[in-house]
Amino acid sequence: MALPNYASPAERIWHWSYLLICTLIFIFLIAPILVIIPLSFNAEPYFTFTEKMRSFDPDGYSMRWYDSLLTFGMQAPDGPRNAGWWADAWANAKWINAAKNSIIIGFFSTILATFLGTLAALGLSRPEMPFRRAIMAILISPMIVPLIITATGMFFFYSNPCSVLGWVGLPTNCGRLAGTYLGVILAHATLGIPFVIITVTATLVGFDQSLNRAAASLGANPRTTFFRVTMPLILPGVISGALFAFVTSFDEVVAVLFIAGPDQQTIPRQMWNGIREQISPAILAVATILVIFSIALLTTVELLRRRSERLRGVTPH
Amino acid sequence: MAQALDPHAAIATQAGGIDDGPLTTADGQPLARALRRSQKRAKRRAFLLVLPLLAFILLTFVVPIAQMLQRSFYNDGFSANMPQVSAWFADTERGTDPDEAAWAALAADLTAAAENRSIGVVGTRINYDMAGTRSLFTSTGRKVRDGLEPPYQAALTEIDAKWADPVLWSTMREASSPVTTNFYLASLDRKRDAEGSITQVAENQRVYIMLFLRTFGLSLLITALTFVLGFPIAHLLATLPMRKSNLLMILVLLPFWTSLLVRTTSWIVLLQQQGVVNDLLVWANVIDANGRLQMIYNRTGTIIAMTHILLPFMILPLYSVMRTINPSYARAARSLGATSWTTFRRIYFPQTLPGLGAGALLVFILAVGYYITPALVGGSSGQLISNMIAMHMTDTLNWSMAAALAALLLAAVLLLYWCYDRMVGIDNLKLG
Repeated sequence: MALPNYASPAERIWHWSYLLICTLIFIFLIAPILVIIPLSFNAEPYFTFTEKMRSFDPDGYSMRWYDSLLTFGMQAPDGPRNAGWWADAWANAKWINAAKNSIIIGFFSTILATFLGTLAALGLSRPEMPFRRAIMAILISPMIVPLIITATGMFFFYSNPCSVLGWVGLPTNCGRLAGTYLGVILAHATLGIPFVIITVTATLVGFDQSLNRAAASLGANPRTTFFRVTMPLILPGVISGALFAFVTSFDEVVAVLFIAGPDQQTIPRQMWNGIREQISPAILAVATILVIFSIALLTTVELLRRRSERLRGVTPH
Repeated sequence: MAQALDPHAAIATQAGGIDDGPLTTADGQPLARALRRSQKRAKRRAFLLVLPLLAFILLTFVVPIAQMLQRSFYNDGFSANMPQVSAWFADTERGTDPDEAAWAALAADLTAAAENRSIGVVGTRINYDMAGTRSLFTSTGRKVRDGLEPPYQAALTEIDAKWADPVLWSTMREASSPVTTNFYLASLDRKRDAEGSITQVAENQRVYIMLFLRTFGLSLLITALTFVLGFPIAHLLATLPMRKSNLLMILVLLPFWTSLLVRTTSWIVLLQQQGVVNDLLVWANVIDANGRLQMIYNRTGTIIAMTHILLPFMILPLYSVMRTINPSYARAARSLGATSWTTFRRIYFPQTLPGLGAGALLVFILAVGYYITPALVGGSSGQLISNMIAMHMTDTLNWSMAAALAALLLAAVLLLYWCYDRMVGIDNLKLG
């Protein structure tokens, strides 16, 4: 975006002020996320840079909030840090439990969403697919329908999943999904599916169908064709879809608030409680860890995108 | 080789020969039929791939929402537990004064409901339409368990004079049928009076229409703000050389990938009265230490945090459209004597409209349904309609009301979604 030679002085002034405006907007975008990182090392329980922090005095910084993540909810947080202490932390510390739950729920819902979503994307990208647009609209809708509405519907349905059978006159009682891991996993898979569909269909748009025909003409059966030709080429798309699904589950709080029981406390739910009650700088420590986590994910997705472009021989445009 | 894998190949070999009859495939079938059959098989195969997911989504998403919608106009809390008085209501005209038969039916139902311990459900149902009546039912329930003596009118009014209230009877008449539009009426700040005509509720109880208007107003404002902030960024990213713009793109994608709760927490930290922004302003002598600004736990907080959260959803579609705009049009316009402003206004901006439409619709759709951020940073003036739905779900437990509000919000969102599909196409939705 170079300034042309014939630019008038007014245009030059506008050009530089435009760059200044853009810089300010970039700061607006990124500063809120970065500012919490140093604040999470604050030695004082404040949300602002203390005198000592500003003068880079080591006394102004500490790891106490990270330490409190580990000890929160333990039976004997101040004991000597031997094997028993760590076992106590692993079993009782609330943030550690929340992390375990988030990972378990995220893992299984991602597997489910990626499997079903990839299968459906393969079907949707076939030219013969009937009612493609309408079906696509239904499959994407969990992303568009406000979460509060989805969660409200799920709250009723998951408290008694068999109540639907009443519509056709069958018995309507068969236990509940609300308050179980299965229920939360199913709900999170539903919310993650649109992301898998969007990413995988986007990859399939660039997929050359003649490769499949070439494989078939060389004698490969459909299964071999799929695993040896199609799958390796769409794999980057599938993995980034899976990452999206995982992040959706990892970041989801509304459905968890409505359908999870006390056993399915996840990181976002624990954060939600923390922010609602008394916001403590320990939240900033969690936030910092999550920011680093999202930087890692972003890097992975970017590398995958480049790899898929290289494989398909498209230069970025 | 002649037995080709695909019928098209077989057709090609056959079509080469000149024949008077209709075209046939290698095995002698008419061409049209063979084609149709293979087409059908391909269709079925494609559909079978989609079927498992479609079934899954129908079961875990569409059915729950359909059930919720049913709850918005179907509530049998009264009619199922009070069958006799419901039957009396069904047999008589609206406005009929309750006779002794009605009182007897009411007494019998109340006694039965008290025995079954379902009187709380009945009281709750009436309480939705007439506040303060739940205790009337539960306290009467406690007393009638010992049995009632006729005449029932005298017996019941002796327990509580409120039973003779004509408004209560008209409310019970409304609830005596499980299908009701009352929850929708209440969602629009309307109710039925004793004669059954629709009136507005008292001025100090009109909240829902105001909340709907506020939700749409704030969403529009946030959409406009994301446009104002997103347009220059998208333009810069689209016109910079690839290497630089990829680097800057990270600054857009990182917030997009960062947890919603992290971003909301950051805004609380930045904007609170003892927070970073206020400290900076005091340090720069813009405000003095006693005049710290209240920027969070009110509408300002909702607007700032939501604009930040939704900004990438505006930048990404704008960017992907701007990338495809050919710069030679702008150069041609300049060479024909247009000023840079005219070039922007008449040549560049119109070409960005598809991206703008996509981004604006997406941001608006997401904004009207937002719940988490307003709940955490909105205070009381920054709450949106979804917060009211959550309140009815978790605090007042008026689930039918929550369902009716959700249904109205859903209708608005689906309308916008349909517009989005029309304008942009769902398949063109891109994520980074």
